[in-house]
Amino acid sequence: MIKNISNLGDAALYCDFGNSINRELNSNVIRYFNDLKNKKIDGVTNITPSYNKLIISFDLKKTNFKDLKRIVENIDLSGTLSSSSKKIEIPACCQKSFALDIERLEEKLSIDRKKIYQNFFNKEYFCYMTGFIAGMPFLGDLDKNMRSKRLETPRVKVPKGSIGLTEQFANIYTFESPGGWNIIGKTPLEIFDSSNNEKPNLINPGDIVVFKEISIDEYNEFK
Amino acid sequence: MNNFFEILRGGINTTFQDVGRNNLHHIGIPSSGAMDNRNFQLSNSILGNKLNNPVIEFAYQGPLIKFHGDKINFVITGEVIFKIVRGKNEIIGNCYESYTIEEGDKIDIISTNKSVYGYLAISGEFDLKFQWGSCSVNTKANIGSNNGKKIISGQNINILNILPNEMKKKLNFVNTKIEKIRVIKGTNYNYFSEKGIKSFFNDDFFVSKLSDRMGMRLEGPKIENIAETNIRSEGLVKGVIQVPADGNPIIMLSDHGTIGGYPKIGVVISADIDKLVQLSPGSKIKFQEIELEDAETLFKLYELETQNLISQI
Repeated sequence: MIKNISNLGDAALYCDFGNSINRELNSNVIRYFNDLKNKKIDGVTNITPSYNKLIISFDLKKTNFKDLKRIVENIDLSGTLSSSSKKIEIPACCQKSFALDIERLEEKLSIDRKKIYQNFFNKEYFCYMTGFIAGMPFLGDLDKNMRSKRLETPRVKVPKGSIGLTEQFANIYTFESPGGWNIIGKTPLEIFDSSNNEKPNLINPGDIVVFKEISIDEYNEFK
Repeated sequence: MNNFFEILRGGINTTFQDVGRNNLHHIGIPSSGAMDNRNFQLSNSILGNKLNNPVIEFAYQGPLIKFHGDKINFVITGEVIFKIVRGKNEIIGNCYESYTIEEGDKIDIISTNKSVYGYLAISGEFDLKFQWGSCSVNTKANIGSNNGKKIISGQNINILNILPNEMKKKLNFVNTKIEKIRVIKGTNYNYFSEKGIKSFFNDDFFVSKLSDRMGMRLEGPKIENIAETNIRSEGLVKGVIQVPADGNPIIMLSDHGTIGGYPKIGVVISADIDKLVQLSPGSKIKFQEIELEDAETLFKLYELETQNLISQI
């Protein structure tokens, strides 16, 4: 549950759930997020969940820190289930031209690529949050021996659809963007659809994601 | 008759803006919206428009626009130098004063003088496709009207529903400059050394050339971090001052990323944002710490002042 609510400036609540990163704690953040979103509280302009924090920004013309804090403190989630999660399968092609950093990663982890992919595909991932760029999912958790640092010099352009690893997370570049994650493959699937006003994100916080290996032919057919 | 603006020169960073879009941070979509909210609102209110009518925002050098059509009123707000050209005649325009132009007239927005952002509102509606309820353009993520891109030379912008010509409207208003930016302590305030905090509140900082609609970068003494130079990524709001490992503060502005992983030393109060964004590169800034209650009172006063200005029109 929320350990502490403080103010982030004069127009946002900073809800602190703790410092560690784990599913249980993050599920709590997401439950609060879903509940607050459904309540459509007047004056709230954004609710932003992350691993272990929830930022609630508001219009200072309509409400203030004290009033909103009281509302959040009195939320009763005892009857709420975090049942909104979906299971999503993401096709991933790992042919050489897509796996930009696989060699580097073999060196960094001292594991050969066969084992890296075995480990990567043999896993259910949990979406902790989306953001940084529109729709990008932060998926955890990689096994301890699969955790690597970001590239020392980030790429200016990571191709759309690229699947990257860093630390305990996998992510998917929803469009071409600068970035420093270790790229191991590419999905032909649209993860973010800006023409979809209602649900632009394929993957949302709380969802379960599995990756399914596809061949280059299957990748091309998909397109 | 078909009414449109022919863009003869796009200017440096000319975009469509309104108040921006809410409730999308959780999927990674920034709010965007006019940088200087007061001057944005004043531009629309002088013409009697709805306050959230899309306008053209420009920075430094603005666009050169030729009007095609019958008649239209426009107004420019900010601290802007501009000319109205009719055939061989040209006049220097005044901000906060409405003008009527006709077929073939040009608006030449020369510069935002010593400020950064200016606004052009019209007595009509730009023909725009909205995205998530807003026209506001974020050129980094290509979100918003005009395919999420800047307005550039050679393009035409269609105008719909022009209101009948009204009387000239004028507002007496002068933008005041600030040097002192008031901030509330950030959530990672204790990550910084006593020396770092001291220099943050006592020393001079200067607005860097690398500032844009996403953020304002500052140059000055390096703020010393004694804890961690990275935090677990978490949500951001407008006004947050992040200090990355290099010790130079960055203030989050309208197009800021939705999450960030640098420690937050402070947050600029809501009442000072409009004036902050108008500080051009090289301007001096000093930070002053204030309490939440004072920040709330200052915002109420600032809002009251804006409402008073609107009621004078």
